[in-house]
Amino acid sequence: MRWLLIKDLRILQRSPLLVGLLVVYPVVIAVLIGFALSRGPDKPEVAFYNGLDEGTTVELGGQEIDLTEQGSRLFEEIDPVPAESRADAIQKVRDGEVLGALIIPDDLASNLQSTLEPGTVEVFYNAEDPAKKEFVENTIEAQVQQANAALTKRIAVEALDLLDLISEGGSYSFLGQDFDVLGLVRAEDILTEARKELPAGSAQRDELDRVLAFSELARENLAFSDDVLGVVGEPIRVKAKALEGGSTSLNAFAVALAAAVSLMFITLLLAAGLLAIEREDNAFARLVRGLVSQTALLAEKAALAAVCSTAVCMLMLAGLGLFVDLDWGRLGLWLLAVAAGALAFAALGLAIGVLAREVRAASLLAFMLALPLAFLALVPSGAVAPGLFDVIRVISALFPFKPTLDALDAALNDAGGLAGPLVHLGVLALVFGALSRLGLRRFAA
Amino acid sequence: METTATTTLVARGLVKSFGDRLALRGVSLSAERGELVAVIGPNGAGKTTLLSILAGIQRPDEGTVEAAKTIGWVPQQPALYGKLTVRENLTLFARLERCGDPHQTVERMLDLTALGGRADDQVGVLSGGNRQRVNIAIGLLAEPEVLLLDEPSSALDPRQRERLWEFILRLAGEGTTVMYATHHIQEADRYASQLIVLADGERVFGGSPGELERATGTTGLDFEHAFVEFLRQQGH
Repeated sequence: MRWLLIKDLRILQRSPLLVGLLVVYPVVIAVLIGFALSRGPDKPEVAFYNGLDEGTTVELGGQEIDLTEQGSRLFEEIDPVPAESRADAIQKVRDGEVLGALIIPDDLASNLQSTLEPGTVEVFYNAEDPAKKEFVENTIEAQVQQANAALTKRIAVEALDLLDLISEGGSYSFLGQDFDVLGLVRAEDILTEARKELPAGSAQRDELDRVLAFSELARENLAFSDDVLGVVGEPIRVKAKALEGGSTSLNAFAVALAAAVSLMFITLLLAAGLLAIEREDNAFARLVRGLVSQTALLAEKAALAAVCSTAVCMLMLAGLGLFVDLDWGRLGLWLLAVAAGALAFAALGLAIGVLAREVRAASLLAFMLALPLAFLALVPSGAVAPGLFDVIRVISALFPFKPTLDALDAALNDAGGLAGPLVHLGVLALVFGALSRLGLRRFAA
Repeated sequence: METTATTTLVARGLVKSFGDRLALRGVSLSAERGELVAVIGPNGAGKTTLLSILAGIQRPDEGTVEAAKTIGWVPQQPALYGKLTVRENLTLFARLERCGDPHQTVERMLDLTALGGRADDQVGVLSGGNRQRVNIAIGLLAEPEVLLLDEPSSALDPRQRERLWEFILRLAGEGTTVMYATHHIQEADRYASQLIVLADGERVFGGSPGELERATGTTGLDFEHAFVEFLRQQGH
């Protein structure tokens, strides 16, 4: 087996394009993912026309609200491109300079002030691309909803102050004039004093008792208004709790995913190609004619593919470690997960090599099989019908990608147990190894 | 099937089927030391199947093969690694064959095949004739008593073919039993001392080329004509 290993390494050494791809591919993947993770998503460029004068305010519930300040909060989520006019903003969208246009009309303040109709802002975007349309709609709608919620809260605060004034009494300014509001508490005090002056059992005293009871009831109910208005300002609150899966961040999961995808492609292509080349060079029949056992031949190919891909994958993880904070204290577990995944992929690669019997066909088959497997493994529950999801889970469990991803996630991010995926990968390696051995019967034909 | 002290290869009642198709129907044969045996027949007659069973690549469904300790096998398509040099290919197989001194064996094979000048060239850049010589050299690494060649000259031009036969005749002259399957009927007539004719997996003739001509009554005509006439008379 040693001489076969040396022979295969020599062949790899003399295939610079293949080796180059095997090295460059994971490096490119690592750098791309690293940049993507460290940079974060760009803000969408949106043309912005503000028809309001600088410092325009609106009085809601007796309080001045600066609309320009409220509008500027939108800029936290978008990259505004100033437009000179409404027409200019729309033209920028038509010319493709910006994703969309947000126009604040000059009558926004008066509409809000009147409270007879809601203030309206205009949004323009190109809908030629459904993904782009969805993106712009979601971004701007989310921001407008936030602005609405902020205004609602401000109004609710004002309403609470007024209710407090009704309850407790105090001074109040309106249209430049100050008023002294009696309030329910002080009204009760006055009525209580007045009641004492009336003879017991008089009809007026009974009437005052009814008024005092109503005042007390009103105060008690107004005390609940804080909560009621709080609910009006934020009718639905989110209380999220994950039932399954770990607490892996998107960045950390992306690292595990990148490693799993690279490991899959490199190992499958190497194992399938190394086996198929034995038949393509017509050497298989000569080798297994007593020179090498078929099982030893398969073991040699699987070991070489697994060792090479494990080395490349570990280098890739080291590269990603420059961009993402990885726990190097778990290095041993990384190696274990990568090696187990590599062995299972190598066994699958051998089965592909046996089936395809030619290097090109084996490479094509490996790609055709690998891509859907990766996509299927990433389909979340609830995204498809329950029956279909069960089918997807079964298919994912039959191939090494999903357990490799789980193992890498567990090893890199301490997300869930590592033993389960490792056992799963071990079983898959044995099954695909056995299938490859059986398939060799027709390999030389 | 009679055997003598110089018999190096005996097969008795070989049967092989692939699914419903019967590739060999009870084929028996024997070969002596230094004998050149040609296996001829129409396409699909079972020539390659017979040789691969004798070489130990396939197992017969029925029948037995008794052979010398070492059998060299030269498949029709050169079984070589194109990315390795001639020397690396020979060294690899010499090691896998567990030759006592691989380097000395390789040098001897390079001399024998007159490929010393191309020893460090990758096999992928060699001509078809040179590749076939390396292919045969690998079959000879273990110094086999029996050498089986499947269509050895099919990819060669007449000059290369002539050199190949000089080489094979020299081997036979040194005592190696050589059995070869061929489509070149004239090669069977010119070089073989024993002829085995297969048709539809059945051995329909065993003897010398002269005996085949006499059996068909075509003596004096060319051998290819005698072979076609023989098959016609046998209903093939």
